[in-house]
Amino acid sequence: MTLTRRDALALAMGGVAASLLPARAMADAGADAIAAFTGGAEVGTDGITLTAPEIAENGNGVPIGVDAPGAVAIALYATGNPTPGVVTYTFGPKAAAQRAETRIRLSKTQDVVAVAKMADGSFKQASATVKVTIGGCGG
Amino acid sequence: MISRREFLQASLAASTILGTSGLSRWSRAMAQQSLTQDQLLQFDAFGNVTLIHITDIHAQAKPIYFREPEVNIGVGEAKGVPPHVVGKDFLNMFNIKPESPDAYALTYENFVDLGKAYGKMGGMDRVATVVKSIKSERPDALLLDGGDTWHGSMTSFKTAGQDMVNIMNKLGVDAMTSHWEWTFGQDRVNEIVETLPFPFLGANIFDAEWDEPAFEPYKIFETGGVRVAVIGQAFPYMPIANPKWMFPNYSFGIREERMQEVVDEVRAEGVDLVVCLSHNGFDVDRKMVSRVKGIDVILTGHTHDAVPEPVLVGDTILIASGSNGKFVSRVDLDVRDGRMMGFRHKLIPIFSDVIEPDAEMAALIDAEREPFKAELEEVVGQTESLLYRRGNFNGTWDDLICDAILSERDAEIAMSPGVRWGTTLLPGDNITREDIHNVTSMTYGACYRTEMTGQTIRTILEDVADNIFNTDPYYQQGGDMVRIGGMGYHIDVSKPIGERISNMTLLKDGSEIDENRSYVVAGWASVNEGTEGPQIWDVIESHVRKIGTVKLEPNNSVVVSGL
Repeated sequence: MTLTRRDALALAMGGVAASLLPARAMADAGADAIAAFTGGAEVGTDGITLTAPEIAENGNGVPIGVDAPGAVAIALYATGNPTPGVVTYTFGPKAAAQRAETRIRLSKTQDVVAVAKMADGSFKQASATVKVTIGGCGG
Repeated sequence: MISRREFLQASLAASTILGTSGLSRWSRAMAQQSLTQDQLLQFDAFGNVTLIHITDIHAQAKPIYFREPEVNIGVGEAKGVPPHVVGKDFLNMFNIKPESPDAYALTYENFVDLGKAYGKMGGMDRVATVVKSIKSERPDALLLDGGDTWHGSMTSFKTAGQDMVNIMNKLGVDAMTSHWEWTFGQDRVNEIVETLPFPFLGANIFDAEWDEPAFEPYKIFETGGVRVAVIGQAFPYMPIANPKWMFPNYSFGIREERMQEVVDEVRAEGVDLVVCLSHNGFDVDRKMVSRVKGIDVILTGHTHDAVPEPVLVGDTILIASGSNGKFVSRVDLDVRDGRMMGFRHKLIPIFSDVIEPDAEMAALIDAEREPFKAELEEVVGQTESLLYRRGNFNGTWDDLICDAILSERDAEIAMSPGVRWGTTLLPGDNITREDIHNVTSMTYGACYRTEMTGQTIRTILEDVADNIFNTDPYYQQGGDMVRIGGMGYHIDVSKPIGERISNMTLLKDGSEIDENRSYVVAGWASVNEGTEGPQIWDVIESHVRKIGTVKLEPNNSVVVSGL
């Protein structure tokens, strides 16, 4: 039987993180990308809701939702991916809601960050740690 | 000749001379005179609504021994609080007398002697007697099944869950939720659900493609003159902890916002009481009800904890009813004006030698077993050692299974899943084929043999450890540590992922595990599709037949710190 590393890990019913270093999730590239969006401004944390699974069922398509009433733009970052920027949504003045849902690929356990730019030029941020594992054994 | 029941009563009556101070509600009554069915069922009806909760039966239709954990480490806010309290600390916390019936039922100490004195527990025919008794007093009591019902025995495996479906239908279940049910495959689940006379609830079961609710989230019952919403919550980590290729169309997850949405929806409907029938696991439920507002009662399952008193979280009561049919919880509630005004609770221990089997249910169970009877009861060997699994690290059953894998599959290192099911055998017991299935039965039991580097093995241990010892319950999957044969290691449970495991040692020569070397590893319960190898129960049977009598040495290969 020939196994790739990923197969071998999944074989061992134990369940396997693709990375052992999630604590370093907010890597420099992610922080830089966010700073580029906010221009280094202070960010608040109220008024923005990020919905993400705690543990990804499939790291290749993780459902992420974000809701920031009154935002003119919302940017999503996968801070542990090689390219942290995922998408930026912009909302025109006639948008009924400032909400978006998508699925993103996560290379490993990491923080997903959403940053909203509000009409008054202020910023709001929410983040969630999404664990990426290959398998496991439940009770 | 004295019958077993009479013997039990006589011995317990004699034990009352030791005194009855400090006993919990039900043991006091038992120890004062003798262990009788009437005392086990004694309950002063309260309020107007009765809930009956049973969960994690794991297809154990017949009475079994089940040793509760000796090691059940809680981390973060769960440290030192139920269910992470074992042995003497448990007895002290709940005022239970050592050696008493409830000490036997709820803890591990002196399990062999107490097991011989008090006998097996559970049996769905005894459970039927308890349910009928409660319903004779409260005809519209709601019987709620927390899931992990269809899986876990040789007969359930052979019938793809049908034996338990028939048993639970006869028991009169009003609603259930799910976990291992899904390992029969989504087609089989849907086929059974079509036939069920009650709803298969799961507010968190979604269509994987469209991310939309796929199963009934709740059902509203009229009972005791009020309206009760029962919301189902299936095991959240289904596609991660079990093979997702078996149920590719569905997505699970805790989905806290969804739970809040559903609670708000039934509240808006004007229900008087909100009950959550959950398979999240104890710590996940404790966190969930601290954040989701409006749940009155959460009936928790998955982590197999038997807690003799409800745990209060804000205004919510959390009920944990054990596993394997050992216990049934009765919860009486006073519900008025859209509010829960009070409750009375009893964790009823199912002592199989004390509670009279219900004849109809006993006949049904016998009929379900009949086609397989000879196969089930064939004696494969004997054990001189106590064989159990439950606990955070290797149990003796796991040691035997790992020995079998190492020997039969000619491997250097064996891995066995840290599931929490698996019944217990006492020293001197025969090991039957059914007993082996009781600790291994599953639809993905192939015993693979492969090579892994030391680094890969470390990654696996670190990852599984994080599923148990992550301080945020939402990242815990509710199993125990993967069991290892042929290798020892140290684990510091207080550390973060990547730093818990050290001192990995190959036991056959005492050498340190080399991160870059390949090791021959064999194991079972892979979540990977297309895994090849003989079925694990056949591997174990072959091994036990060769050794004849199981006699295990103490296993000190896992050293735990950071407590």
